[in-house]
Amino acid sequence: MRIVSSTLILAGFLAASAPAWAAPGEVKVGMLTTLSGPGSSLGIDVRDAFNLAVKNLGGGLGGLKATVIEIDDQQKPDVAKDAATRLIEKEKVDFATGIIFSNLMLAVQPSFDRAQTHYISANASPSQLAGKQCTPYFFSAAYQNDNQHEAMGHYVQAKGFKNVYLMAPNYPAGKDGLNGFKRYYAGAVAGEVYTTVNQLDYAAELASLRAANPDAVYVFYPGGMGVNFVKQWEQAGLKGKIPLFGPGFTFSEDTLSAMGDAALGTLNTAQWSPDLDNPENKKFVAAFEAAYGRLPSVYASQAYDAAMLIDSAIRKVGGKLDDKAALGKALMAADFKSVRGNFKFNKNHFPIQDFFLREVIKDGKGRYLNKKIAPIFQDRGDAYVGECSM
Amino acid sequence: MIAQLFIEQGLNGLQLGVTLFLMAAGLTLVFGIMDVIHLSHGSFYMIGAYLTATLGARFDSYLLGLALAIPLVALIGMVVEWIAIRRLYERDHLDQVLATFGLIMFFNEAIGMIWGAQPIFLSPPESLAGTVELVPGLFYPQFRLAILGTGLTVAAGLGLMIRHTRLGMRLRAGASDRAMAGALGVNIDGLFTMVFGLGAGLAALAGGMAGTVLSVQVGMGESILILTFVVVVIGGIGSIKGALVGAILVGLVDTLARTMLPVALRATMAASQADSVAASLSSTSVYVLMILVLAWRPKGLYGART
Amino acid sequence: MAHAPDFRRWLALALLLILAVAVPPVLAALGQGFYIGFAARVLIMALAALSLDLVMGLGGMISFGHAAFLGLGAYVVGIGSWHVFDGAPLPFGLAGSENALIVWPLAMLVAGLAALGIGAISLRTTGVHFIMITLAFAQMLFFLAGGLKTYGGDDGITLYNRSQLAGLKLSDPTTFYYLCLGLLVTVLAVLLRLSSSRFGMVLRGVRDNERRMRALGFPTYRYKLAAFVLSGMICGLAGALLANASEFASPAIMSWQRSGELLVMVVLGGMGSLIGPVLGAVALMVLEESLADLTQHWQVILGPLLVLLALSARRGLWGWIKGRDGAP
Repeated sequence: MRIVSSTLILAGFLAASAPAWAAPGEVKVGMLTTLSGPGSSLGIDVRDAFNLAVKNLGGGLGGLKATVIEIDDQQKPDVAKDAATRLIEKEKVDFATGIIFSNLMLAVQPSFDRAQTHYISANASPSQLAGKQCTPYFFSAAYQNDNQHEAMGHYVQAKGFKNVYLMAPNYPAGKDGLNGFKRYYAGAVAGEVYTTVNQLDYAAELASLRAANPDAVYVFYPGGMGVNFVKQWEQAGLKGKIPLFGPGFTFSEDTLSAMGDAALGTLNTAQWSPDLDNPENKKFVAAFEAAYGRLPSVYASQAYDAAMLIDSAIRKVGGKLDDKAALGKALMAADFKSVRGNFKFNKNHFPIQDFFLREVIKDGKGRYLNKKIAPIFQDRGDAYVGECSM
Repeated sequence: MIAQLFIEQGLNGLQLGVTLFLMAAGLTLVFGIMDVIHLSHGSFYMIGAYLTATLGARFDSYLLGLALAIPLVALIGMVVEWIAIRRLYERDHLDQVLATFGLIMFFNEAIGMIWGAQPIFLSPPESLAGTVELVPGLFYPQFRLAILGTGLTVAAGLGLMIRHTRLGMRLRAGASDRAMAGALGVNIDGLFTMVFGLGAGLAALAGGMAGTVLSVQVGMGESILILTFVVVVIGGIGSIKGALVGAILVGLVDTLARTMLPVALRATMAASQADSVAASLSSTSVYVLMILVLAWRPKGLYGART
Repeated sequence: MAHAPDFRRWLALALLLILAVAVPPVLAALGQGFYIGFAARVLIMALAALSLDLVMGLGGMISFGHAAFLGLGAYVVGIGSWHVFDGAPLPFGLAGSENALIVWPLAMLVAGLAALGIGAISLRTTGVHFIMITLAFAQMLFFLAGGLKTYGGDDGITLYNRSQLAGLKLSDPTTFYYLCLGLLVTVLAVLLRLSSSRFGMVLRGVRDNERRMRALGFPTYRYKLAAFVLSGMICGLAGALLANASEFASPAIMSWQRSGELLVMVVLGGMGSLIGPVLGAVALMVLEESLADLTQHWQVILGPLLVLLALSARRGLWGWIKGRDGAP
């Protein structure tokens, strides 16, 4: 009978998958990141670098067998929110990481807080979570959103530019970014434009920019947005006419080859560069290139460190993942060797580290990459730590 | 300076307009002649962009890639018409919406499986990479002018074809009275397949050109699809002339709203707030335009039928 | 013959209700607690699909913008909660609230008023133009919601708490599930009643032949508008529940793809039967979930299934379960 058969079909669907607990001696990590669309170059680097670290550690983290559950957030807050619930309630992950974009981070962090699941950020690190909304369950293995921009603001100020035009996508990290820049740059702002996230045609904005006649332009455009902006900048004939600056996000190895010569020679700032001279970094860059056939980006370096941080913390608590307080302490100790060299946590769980000026170059093998030019900040924390009550 | 800026933004608006026209021309014919709501028209735009990128890279020539992509997508369009769309002619609009909604899902996922979820960045040909000084102080990218020129040329060509050729006559007959045209001996089935292929080819041209300005990615068809429907409804279903006027109107309104509103709103609020509100209001501007036009002329500017 | 289909219909309804009541304990016993939340969301989408069937199945108005009402309902809950959290007052001397007895009816009111405005304009058109103009209105609301910078803009509002309802703990998935079930069954019963009332008869008459109904002296425009507003209100309630289920409200709820999904649910389940859309929602969401478990590329399977559905299944799942000769 049809009624009975449809009931049976439904019951079959419901019973289809088995419950998902981590077995003892195992650690489950939720990798919630952007794997499709214009922001995917960042997410793919984060995922690949994290997996590389796990592989180099012998398929585990802190001596436990590691399972990494991958979900594509499609760079949509609603999708990320659902995925976080799924990772917490269905997969029952011990750690989560991977979110690229700060708007998604802010949407999901309350879920991880409530579940008391430690989130180790490999990228998104919004000011809110560094300040008033700081929480014991969020650690940033990357930076605070403002940092790279602060470093460039410092440089542009020192170089004596007086009338700079600013552009960023309209989302929390975009605002953090331009705030960070203006914290160190004291000259006039020729224009401050926030474009829609993932806008790809900048013709209208470039026309207004040209009309404003600035003496320099500073743009924060990660991923595909950066590729299009930089290419259209060149097509509009602006390259070489007005100096263009950006944070390391805009000129990062994940997109440099797509930008091609259009980005050559641009200066940017970051806490990492592929040519940083320390043994961990050399090993990381070589292993990444061997495994994936491309150079790692700053995002990859952050994800690699995130995995190493988790590894160190699990080791410290002897694999006991249930004692959340002890685990939090172990994470705070940051007892691992970062590919950036200098790395420790501030009391708000955000890093204290160094920032460099980098230049986009083309090397002998025809690869586009960044080269470290000069140090800018040493032991830089962030501007919001005072607002954090932890 | 103000005059140059205004001209430049006007050109940007026109460029969006011609892209919309290439999409709307096919859609309005399918809509008007076959009476089919074809939601998956954006998929041909997307496939056109992907094929242009792949073939362009294969033969190391963007123009050759585009030239090959157009007939290929037209062929794909005819196959889709023959397999699925043909069965929808006698069905009501709801079935058409549903079936073509399913087609969008299929094409998006299939393209994602073949080409991956990462966008492809397509560069215009080297020969068109420079800028032109249109009026003193106004530098405009050559390639964007080429898009504009191509779009307007195709529009003129379509107009001539519809007014002066036998095919055009049959199209006009089909659009105004399908049954009568059939009774007078027009091969309706063949005509429909051809119209569908033509529409798909035009969409591929639009996609292949827009891919260089935007990026080639899964889902790129949907963002333009809805705007295209707005154009078709504003212009009047089935009217090529309406599609042209509607497309230019929508392109200009969208671009001008996008550049003027932030300036106006900045006087009263902070930059990021102003840009956000401006983005939201300018995105709604074309829908307001459509509702106003429909309130004034329920069948669109040049619409003959509902 | 007259009684057999009726019997089958009631038997099927009773079995479905028992099945629905049994879902939480069965899932809990299987160790699949996560899916109780999913099941609640299925019921909420069923409620939304039901509201669409009222205008589409009974009234013959193909609305391609019903997600707008879903979004409005969700935003009322989200904004109410945001103001509780933030403490900032609302205009007109209102304050934020998380009281379900205040915000849920308010969500229905707001969605209903929007439906009144949208319906009043859209119902002057018919056919393709009605489809397109409802789509246009939904797109407008979608973009306007993205401009609400105070409430997160495109990123939406994260709810810190679910609504409060007279001592019930709505954060408990099982409680929330039964509440959704209760509301769905109530609305379904009311609409089934309404469908066989004079109002329902007139509406069906308008669907089948509007000119004749008008000639018979019925103010058809007003009937259609009333149905559209009622439908908007129910969809607004579904939106309020949806915001609670995902503890989130964002413009994405109003996307045109969501409106399309609602259409699919109605047709899949069987248009015009009111019970069908409920089944359609269950079937579509369970199918999506299990296909997604099976392969990451599940849409490549679902897409062609929808094409087949549009081409073949005229009467939907409910028609199939009820048997061939059942009246709607």
